[in-house]
Amino acid sequence: MFEKTGIPSEEMVRGKFPSIERINKGPVAVVECYKEIPCNPCQDACKFNAIKVGEDINNIPQLNWDNCTGCAVCLSKCPGLAIMVVDGSRSEEAILIKIPYEFLPLPKEGDLVKALDREGRYVADVRVLNVLNPKSFDRTPVVTIEADRKYLYDIRNIKVEA
Amino acid sequence: MKEVELLIIGGGPAGLCAALSAAESSAKVCIVERNKSLGGQLIKQTHMFFGSEKQYASIRGIDISGILLDKLNHYKDNVEILTETTVVGMYEDGVVTVLHKEDNYYKIKPKAVIVATGAFEKTLAFPNNDLPGIYGAGAVQTLMNVHGVKPGDRVLMVGAGNIGLIVSYQLQQAGVQVAAILDAAPKIGGYLVHASKIRRMGVPILTSHTVKEAIGKEFVEKAIVCQVDEKFQAIEGTEMEFDVDVICISVGLTPLNELLAMRGCQTKYVPQLSGFVPLRNENYETTIENVFTAGDATGVEEASSAMVEGYLSGLCAASKIGYTPGNFEERKKDYIKQLNDLRSGPVGKHILAGIEQIVI
Amino acid sequence: MRIEEHPILDFHKDNKISFTFNGETLEGYEGETIAAALHASGVKILGKSLFMHRPRGFYCAIGNCSSCMMTVNGVANVKTCVTDLKEGMVVEIQEGKGVIA
Repeated sequence: MFEKTGIPSEEMVRGKFPSIERINKGPVAVVECYKEIPCNPCQDACKFNAIKVGEDINNIPQLNWDNCTGCAVCLSKCPGLAIMVVDGSRSEEAILIKIPYEFLPLPKEGDLVKALDREGRYVADVRVLNVLNPKSFDRTPVVTIEADRKYLYDIRNIKVEA
Repeated sequence: MKEVELLIIGGGPAGLCAALSAAESSAKVCIVERNKSLGGQLIKQTHMFFGSEKQYASIRGIDISGILLDKLNHYKDNVEILTETTVVGMYEDGVVTVLHKEDNYYKIKPKAVIVATGAFEKTLAFPNNDLPGIYGAGAVQTLMNVHGVKPGDRVLMVGAGNIGLIVSYQLQQAGVQVAAILDAAPKIGGYLVHASKIRRMGVPILTSHTVKEAIGKEFVEKAIVCQVDEKFQAIEGTEMEFDVDVICISVGLTPLNELLAMRGCQTKYVPQLSGFVPLRNENYETTIENVFTAGDATGVEEASSAMVEGYLSGLCAASKIGYTPGNFEERKKDYIKQLNDLRSGPVGKHILAGIEQIVI
Repeated sequence: MRIEEHPILDFHKDNKISFTFNGETLEGYEGETIAAALHASGVKILGKSLFMHRPRGFYCAIGNCSSCMMTVNGVANVKTCVTDLKEGMVVEIQEGKGVIA
């Protein structure tokens, strides 16, 4: 199915997330790389040795949840834009989600934007907490949004109204 | 008659890397490029490349050509670059004829040649496929990313290989809506990370679908799309209409091999490599001595492998004409390993199956 | 049809120049191709097919397919997708195969 639609199943998605306990401890990366392709810059990007691809660059990246600090540098380096960061440590009700966003207009801190799921369907209105766009990210800004915890496995993208 | 040591035809990723590699071995190189600047298709690739560090993974294609040109500058005493110069013939006596701009025609006698001419867009046959607004994927990229001009307002993308998926994403970045991406195959052909990226924008991907007909008087106004069966035959009654002003045809590339064929290199039709490709040895030398080849001209693959094939053929061609540095074996081993790494996974399988048929 | 703002690229264009297309004055920028300048002005039809006079535009945009040929400054069969626009150029839709002087 995934090869037909480009949409991973719920089981596949959940398989890429760490435990809720880890998510509640602080920000952590979720690498949605499901198929083997020759690619390993995520491994090189991580300063905390949290991502491992290994000798064969076709291997699917493996995450070390303890080493990962959720710094989001890998988000800007992944050529497939397949990585996001989630953070459940802020409150009981909310989670923070960081996604790479290479479009204009770029949202600003405080903006209300539409959160979308993996099929581009509207999930909820969410607030933008932060937009990181340093030169080192080479034009792949990282947007942090705050959403209701129940959308942890759903939200994957945003839509910014001009 | 202009005498050169190593002539490299084509200044794209394969040609540039071949020049770098040969110059590193101290050979004197002459690059001939028909466009006014070098870089080939790299200059339109706004996305980050895959592969590993040696193939500039995570760096945008548009920046890679700058990096390669900077490196080439170190060897400027050994590298001559002829732009706006088209190779118009390659003859049995080894002479290469060129045309510079409109009317400056002359001959070059190289000791060795590397043909790195790349590939060109295939097209699709359907009624009214000649209407303005029906463009190849490369054309859409050129218009958008080189000239900053929108191809239209609403696009139907035909082809869900890497190029179709990437160009769809780039269209959305340019503010152009992609109505849908079609592929006649039952599965998405490109990397699924590209597919996921475009799906989460709400762009539908319709596998087992193709374009049946284009409608429009002076340019495209609608596309009729239908479902196909496993034999790629249209299924009656499944027609859908899309209001679009651009139909982007992204059904693959095929090697530009005219010069190789003219020179007398043996070629073979290899479906996995997307067309007629030259037979060659592991040094990328064809059946004609001192005629080498690299990049998409040897088989349509990816820019990352084109670059490494460039390095390898440059090293071997330079050695053939007398420039074999002390680190020759080490470099050759490294380039071969890089190519194996790029091709060893599931995505490299069909390329290896193709290469098997042409290595002598 | 020009892209004003882009998330990755910077289209800083200098040197606006003018040219004519079938007698009408249009504007473009130095350094872009004739076909791109025409497209930016909304001109998609670049020629006519030889026998049935069907409208034609470009296809490959890099000089391989010959779909974009027009008469430029009186010279026939110019591949407008790989020919740079120059100030004062006279660009016309070609009638038939054109004549090489």
